[in-house]
Amino acid sequence: MSISEEKKTAVPLEKMKWMYSEMVKIRYYEDQMVEVYSEGKAPVFNIGAGTVPGEMHLATGQEPAAVGMCAHLTKEDTVTAPHRPHHHAIAKGVDLKKMTAEIFGRKTGLGKGKGGHMHLFDPAVKFSCGGIVAAGIPHAAGAAMAARMKGTDAVAVAFIGEGAANAGAFHETLNLAALWNLPLIVVVEDNAYGISVPKKASTSVESNDKRAGAYGIAGAYVKDNDPVAMYKASEEAVTRARDGQGPTIIEIETYRFLGHFQGDPELYRDKEEVPGLRQQDPILKLKKQLLDSGMEDAEIEKMEKAAKQEVDEAYEFARNSEFPEADDALRDVFTS
Amino acid sequence: METAKKRMLSGNKAMAEAISQEMERDPNVFVLGEDIGKYGGIFGSTQGLIETYGPERVLDTPISETAFIGAAIGAAAEGMRPVAELMFVDFFGVCMDQIYNHMAKIPYMSGGNVKLPMVLMTAVGGGYNDAAQHSQTLYATFAHLPGMKVVAPSTPYDLKGMMTSAIRDDNPVVFMFHKSLQGLGWMDQLDEAVGNVPEEAYTVPLDKAAVVREGNDVTIVGIQMMTHYAVQAAEKLAEEGIEAEVIDLRSLAPIDKDTILTSLKKTGRLLVVDEDYLSYGMTAEIAAIAAEEALYDLEAPVRRVAVPDVPLPYSSVLEDFVIPGKEKIYEEVKSLLEEG
Repeated sequence: MSISEEKKTAVPLEKMKWMYSEMVKIRYYEDQMVEVYSEGKAPVFNIGAGTVPGEMHLATGQEPAAVGMCAHLTKEDTVTAPHRPHHHAIAKGVDLKKMTAEIFGRKTGLGKGKGGHMHLFDPAVKFSCGGIVAAGIPHAAGAAMAARMKGTDAVAVAFIGEGAANAGAFHETLNLAALWNLPLIVVVEDNAYGISVPKKASTSVESNDKRAGAYGIAGAYVKDNDPVAMYKASEEAVTRARDGQGPTIIEIETYRFLGHFQGDPELYRDKEEVPGLRQQDPILKLKKQLLDSGMEDAEIEKMEKAAKQEVDEAYEFARNSEFPEADDALRDVFTS
Repeated sequence: METAKKRMLSGNKAMAEAISQEMERDPNVFVLGEDIGKYGGIFGSTQGLIETYGPERVLDTPISETAFIGAAIGAAAEGMRPVAELMFVDFFGVCMDQIYNHMAKIPYMSGGNVKLPMVLMTAVGGGYNDAAQHSQTLYATFAHLPGMKVVAPSTPYDLKGMMTSAIRDDNPVVFMFHKSLQGLGWMDQLDEAVGNVPEEAYTVPLDKAAVVREGNDVTIVGIQMMTHYAVQAAEKLAEEGIEAEVIDLRSLAPIDKDTILTSLKKTGRLLVVDEDYLSYGMTAEIAAIAAEEALYDLEAPVRRVAVPDVPLPYSSVLEDFVIPGKEKIYEEVKSLLEEG
C-alpha cells in the first residue's frame, strides 16, 4: 500500500459518505440550474430574461474543494465564497430552500430577492459570498479576528479562484493574517481559467501554495481534483488554525466542466477539453472508493436519492414563492 | 447667573474619549488602523487607547487598507463593533471596493439579515498646504453612495456625541473628522478646535442638522470649517444689521431636510457653502432640495460657494483662492441680499 492510499483509507467512512452525498447534491443542484436558467432564454439568449435572470456561474466539477474542506467545519466556522458559490454554500449547510428562492429573486430568499446568485448571505451558518474577485478574503480574516477576540476556536475559510490570488486583497490579507496569526485558511480553486485567461498567462508561480513561503505560513497542494486528498489537506489546515498555529493556503487542482458563466461561448478552450475532464469526474471516483470500501449499491443509491430530493424540494419551494413587492426595494438600506 | 466651570477638550481628545468610553462599556468595540496604537492616530483620535486597552483591542495595521477595512467588515458581521481609521480620506482609492461594494451593500443584499455595526473614521480637509492627495473632503463622494451613514461633526461636543452614536449604531457609519478641528499642535491653532465636552458619555443624533446661529435674513448651510467660517461671516454681517441663520449640516447622509426647509421658510434666501468640489456635490444636493420643496419660499436664486472643480493646489495663494473663507461668504451674502 502506498502512502497516498494509506491516507485515503484513513478518512472515516461517515465522512466519505457525507462528502459523496454533498457532491451528488451539488452536482444535481447545478444540473437543475442549467435547465432552469435556460427557461425563457430561447430562441434568443437574453441574460436578463427567464426564470432565473442575471449572470450564472456554476461549479459543476469543482465539488471536491468545497466538500473536502467543509467536512471539517461547523456552523460556528465562517466561509466566504466568490461569484461561483453554490458548492460552498451547499457544503456549508446554507438553507437550500432560501438559497434557491434568492436565486429566483423571491421574497422568501436569503436576501429577500435583493442579492441573487452571487450575493448569498446565511448568517445562521456563517456563510457569505460576493461578486468582487478576492474581496471575501479580508472578510474571512475579520471573522477569524472576531473568533479569536471572542475566545472561541472557530476558524474562517475564504474560497477563491486562482485568478483572485493575483489581486491585492489576497496579498494584503495573507500578510496581515500571518502577522496576527489568524485562524484563516485560503482555499484556491485552480480551475485553470480566470474567465478565459489560462493560469500560466496570469500567475507567476506554478501553484499558489508556493506563495505561502512569502508570508511565512503553511501551504498545501491537492492535485487531480481529489476530494479525499482535499479532506486530508483541509484537516491539517483546520487543525493548525484551531490550535493557534496560523493561516494556511491550500491550492486544489480542479475542473470547470461548464463555461465561466452560462452562455459563455468558450472559444478559449479546445472542444475536446471538457469531455476529457468529464472522464475524470470526481464523483465517479469517490463512488468507486465507496464501493471498494464495501458499501452496497443500494445504499449509495439511497443517499443519491435523498440528496436529489432535497434539491427538488428547494427548487419547488423557490418556484412557488412570491416575488417581493416592488417597494420592498426601498427597505433594508439601513437597519433600524 | 452662576457659570459652572466648563470642561474644555480639543476635537481629537473628544473623539478619543468617546471611543474609550465605548470600549469600556462594550467589549466588542475595538480599533484598528495605521499608527493608531502608540502614536495615538496621526490626528490624535485614538490617543491613550492602547495604554488602557492594550494591543489586542487597539491594533496597529500594516499599510493594507483593503485588508484591514475588509477585516473590520468581516468582524462586524460576526457582531464585533470595529472602529477602523482610514488615515486620510484621500486614500479611499486603494480600498473603496471594500467600502462601497461590501460595507455599504452587504446589509442591503442580505435583506437586512447581516448587520455591519462599524465605524470608518477618516480625516478630511485642506487649508494646510498638503496639496491634492491629502487635502480633500470628498463629502459627496461618500454621501452619494447608499448604505452608509456619513457624518462630519464640527465641534468637540459633536465629535464626542456623534462618535458615541456612531459606535452604538448598527449600521456602517463613515465618520469624517476635519484635521483643522482636531486641535493639533502642528496646525493652525483655531478657537473652534477646542470646546466644552462633558465627561460623561452622551449621544448626538446622526441625522440632525443644528441651527448654530439664528437669523431672519438669509440661511447659510455649511459643514465643518464652512460652518465656522459662516458664523464668522455672520458676525460681520450682524454689524451691518444683517442677521444670517447658520445651519451646521453635521450629517451628509441621511440629510436633515426639515431643518433646512424650516429655515428657508423664515429667511427666503439660501447660500450653501462647501469645502468639497462644486459640481455634483453637497451644494447641488441642497439647492435641489430647495428647488423641489421650497421654491415658492425663495425670494432669490440659491447661491453656492465651493471648491471650483479643480484639485486642491499646494501653494497658499492658490489654495486660499479655491477653499471658501469667511470673506467669500460675507461677499456672497451681501450680493444675495441685493437680489429679488
